[in-house]
Amino acid sequence: MSLTNQRPAGGFFARDRGWQPEALTPQYKTSVARSPSRALLSMPQTLSEVTGPVFGQNMIGPLDNDLILNFAKSGESAIGPRIIVYGRILDESGRGVPNVLVEFWQANAGGRYRHAKEGYIAPLDPNFGGCGRTITGEDGSYEFRTVQPGPYPWPNRGNDWRPAHIHFSLFGQGFAQRLITQMYFEGDPMIWKCPIVDVVPHREGIESLIALLDMESTVPMDARAYKFDMVLRGKRSTLFENKLEGN
Amino acid sequence: MQSLNRLKESPSQTAGPYVHIGCVPNFCGIGGVYPEDLGSSMVNKQTRGERITVTGIVYDGTGTPLKDAMIEIWQADADGLYPSPEEHRGTADPNFTGWGRKAGDYTTGEWVFETVKPGAVPFPDGRMMAPHISVWIVARGINIGLQTRLYFEDEANANEKDPILTRLEHQNRVPTLIAKKTGDGAYRFDIYLQGENETVFFDM
Repeated sequence: MSLTNQRPAGGFFARDRGWQPEALTPQYKTSVARSPSRALLSMPQTLSEVTGPVFGQNMIGPLDNDLILNFAKSGESAIGPRIIVYGRILDESGRGVPNVLVEFWQANAGGRYRHAKEGYIAPLDPNFGGCGRTITGEDGSYEFRTVQPGPYPWPNRGNDWRPAHIHFSLFGQGFAQRLITQMYFEGDPMIWKCPIVDVVPHREGIESLIALLDMESTVPMDARAYKFDMVLRGKRSTLFENKLEGN
Repeated sequence: MQSLNRLKESPSQTAGPYVHIGCVPNFCGIGGVYPEDLGSSMVNKQTRGERITVTGIVYDGTGTPLKDAMIEIWQADADGLYPSPEEHRGTADPNFTGWGRKAGDYTTGEWVFETVKPGAVPFPDGRMMAPHISVWIVARGINIGLQTRLYFEDEANANEKDPILTRLEHQNRVPTLIAKKTGDGAYRFDIYLQGENETVFFDM
């Protein structure tokens, strides 16, 4: 196939591996046998890394971003403190990233996940599934409604508990931007005792995962709001990229 | 002095053992929320190209299969075009998504993708890369998603010239990136997180 003189897709900024968690973090025991021990191999980005599929608003159902209702029986709703989580997906240059597939999942208000491998004694809520998704708007904004998840114990060291958290999966413009992270809640003392939080090497990094209560966006007599922005790898947009042969 | 005003990428956190709830809810028994799990089907009856399956298991450093991993793949269509807005060389097959997502079986850890054999895609300097599939692995115990690539055993000539494979200093590790042909259109690609046969993971 002959190459045209179209501008090649710009590459993503190099990932700052000193900012991101190491693979081997013994305080989180499962990482010990699941961490590569050889160095990651640095390679130039190609079309395979800078491209990615398109997720359109048309694949999203009306209740996909409403965890209070999307698993509930008609006329019922999930139990727990009602919250709205909103924010923007930005890139490292501060630009909003549109059309990001944002998927989220969480335990119910008692700290129990709806999952076959989950054994915590806290009960399931028959009206709570725990999954939601949305796609960011032109300015990178997203929002959803849910109940605040509870903390829960997990088998790691003798008495480890996860702080209340919501998992996020982000799919931006290119496969190399793929990211999974977790959101924590302002003021939760469990954040600073958690070995999974502790894998993030810098305190500023941990703080960037803590959502703030936003009373101005709170809906009176209904749901409190938490604001949570996330950042994906930035992208070069210069015209002076390495040129493909034939340009 | 001015400031570049850059933000830092959000720190990654593990997908955890319950990644299925958010990414493949139908697979884990949470029905009725989404019609189907995203990425569960990459092809349809009209998709062009050679149909293939890619089967594998992710193993930890003790040789135990991960039963809670999630794998995503991204690849070009049979003509080597990506179904992406960043693809400026032509229009990819509209009947091919290019993107697949599978969770490992709860008991065996095995996953299977039904797709087509990708065509070759150019490296930035214009040389052609051998047909390959980009692979991303997350699971409990993996703090940041692992990137690797799958190449094909029956593309030996192209693999020998591939700009990535030929650039590896440790050529004895190249076989960790090559899917074995196990039958007509069937390939096997096991991933080793650690140990003697540790798969090559990339920072790209």
